[in-house]
Amino acid sequence: MPRTLYQKIWDDHVVDVLPGGEALLYIDRHLVHEVTSPQAFEGLRQAGRRVRRPEATLAVADHNVPTLDRGGGIAEPQSRLQVQTLERNVAEFAVPYVPLDDVRQGIVHVIGPELGASLPGMTVVCGDSHTSTHGALGALAFGVGTSEVEHVLSTQTLVQAPSRTLKVELTGRLGRGVYAKDLALAVLATLGAAGGTGHVIEYAGEAVSALDMAGRMSLCNMSIEAGARAGLIAPDETTFAWIEGRPMAPRGADFRAAVAVWRTLASDEGAAFDRTARLDAGEVAPMVTWGTSPDTGLPITACVPSPDDAPDAASALQRRRMLDYMGLSPGQPLADVPVDVVFIGSCTNARIEDFRAAAAVAKGRRVAEGVRALAVPGSGLVRRQAEAEGLADILAEAGFEWRLPGCSMCLGMNEDRLSPGQRCASTSNRNFEGRQGPGGRTHLLSPAMAAAAAVTGRLTDVRALI
Amino acid sequence: MRPFTTLTGVAAPLRAANVDTDQIIPARFLKTVERTGLGRHLFAGLRYDAEGAERRDFVLNREPYRRAEVLIALENFGCGSSREHAAWALDDFGIRCVIAPSFADIFATNSAKNGLLLVALPRATCEALMADAEMGANARLTVDLERQVVVRPSGEAVAFDIDPGAKARLLEGLDEIGETLARAPAIDRFEAARAAREPWRPAIRL
Ligand code: SF4
Repeated sequence: MPRTLYQKIWDDHVVDVLPGGEALLYIDRHLVHEVTSPQAFEGLRQAGRRVRRPEATLAVADHNVPTLDRGGGIAEPQSRLQVQTLERNVAEFAVPYVPLDDVRQGIVHVIGPELGASLPGMTVVCGDSHTSTHGALGALAFGVGTSEVEHVLSTQTLVQAPSRTLKVELTGRLGRGVYAKDLALAVLATLGAAGGTGHVIEYAGEAVSALDMAGRMSLCNMSIEAGARAGLIAPDETTFAWIEGRPMAPRGADFRAAVAVWRTLASDEGAAFDRTARLDAGEVAPMVTWGTSPDTGLPITACVPSPDDAPDAASALQRRRMLDYMGLSPGQPLADVPVDVVFIGSCTNARIEDFRAAAAVAKGRRVAEGVRALAVPGSGLVRRQAEAEGLADILAEAGFEWRLPGCSMCLGMNEDRLSPGQRCASTSNRNFEGRQGPGGRTHLLSPAMAAAAAVTGRLTDVRALI
Repeated sequence: MRPFTTLTGVAAPLRAANVDTDQIIPARFLKTVERTGLGRHLFAGLRYDAEGAERRDFVLNREPYRRAEVLIALENFGCGSSREHAAWALDDFGIRCVIAPSFADIFATNSAKNGLLLVALPRATCEALMADAEMGANARLTVDLERQVVVRPSGEAVAFDIDPGAKARLLEGLDEIGETLARAPAIDRFEAARAAREPWRPAIRL
């Protein structure tokens, strides 16, 4: 029977079938960070259990870390305790750990692929919902909670029920000034915030094949914003070329053997999906969200919608609440909304390609008066490369703060956060109320659009600047 | 894990869809290395104003809902981040059961691991239960997992579906890791077969 990519990876990892019909699924890679792991290690300790396969586990601190200066350690006591707890746990349980001062340190979903730790055909989990990012490599990658982190540490498996499958077919080609992030926001606007619940999404079609790996990661990253368990893209020549030579990837004959296996992963002709959605990428314009749910993206040329046009009373109420929180009025052109802060970073958009796109817009321009702009690379290696390519200088000359790697203002667990009422053009993935700081207002967009907002001081159609 | 069998208590209506985990427990409260003590930060952004004072209009700040053990909300409850702190915060506040038309996947898993029962019921039923809950202190709901019913103050029993595996684990409060460790030989066999078939699979090495 023809099988989908998801079914192939699933079948390949079933250790046992449990009495309730669920599978005991083998986990190849377990990524660990400081926020969702302390209670899991504590659980192991209390039960006298060990980490079954430290060599399948990779730990890094990213959520809490300062991005301005690490010379004096972490000032905030609770953040410091969390990072120190991780350091103590990885030492006690012999888990590979990328220290804070290592050039390879960065956001877990940036460094996993970058170091060749996550590879096609693998099962990858992390106590973090954006683990879906790694699906860009053709890995079945999903977020888990802390109890499951403990389960994986202790058994290298998870108890899982199979998901339904949703094929998102993206035809056509992206236009000038339109990026994978715009595509992700357009897909979300189509599916809705719960449109993927219970499903694993496979992205396919001409527009997906044409994306580079950074773009594929941005797209898969946001699958969780549709509620999907994971996002997947079949590995192809673009994937293999990108992986070859990465520090932890197989080399030489091993690499060729791996590629031979990876080629077999693509969904078979005629494989059945539970659902299919289709979108013409050629029709997608640069997008920006107006509300407090990531599925509220609209073309930058659109106006803020009115609650009166909502399909039912409950969604009208929800819209009114969103507009109130966001400080927007129905009918206001999106391209007219002034911003206070610009944030280029996060596991959605902090790769070298993202800074190239931002720098291309910022080059020779200045960040608008009164706007604070942050550029936070996803890893030390991205940071180093951006500096070597001159991108850091371009951004700094334009007036961006060029930071050290970490999650930073994506969720404001370190000192980088919005003040109440501040409005931010952000390349991150969530615009929930208070996500970037209590009372902060978030508009999600692409790095190029963020740079455009920085230099004009308002949400702007980047196509006018390139 | 603490078992869930049956519960009779005050239900609080939270009339909102897409209640995300950033609302349930904002990121700034995730800096703990403990599982307990998060109840006071539950719904912090909605519950307290900028000065930290309680907002009178938020349901959990009103009697009798301060003592709520059941929460009733709308679609896609628990969407967003994987933070198990959301389940811990609800539990620490005293909520043992959430009723809504639908739940986000990771939140549902996290809840199950913590003995927090999620009951999915059609929207119209959730609306009716919210109306019950708004009747005040005497409007207690009973949630009976064994029988799979929610009993309204009127005595009417509303049936709900639940996955049999999840039900059994909740009723008995099973230690899932212990169960899986009992299957270690199967995991050993899987790893050995994999290593023989695909010796190129690399280990994490820094
Ligand atoms: S960058 Fe944001 S979304 Fe990504 S892992 Fe960090 S906090 Fe989560």
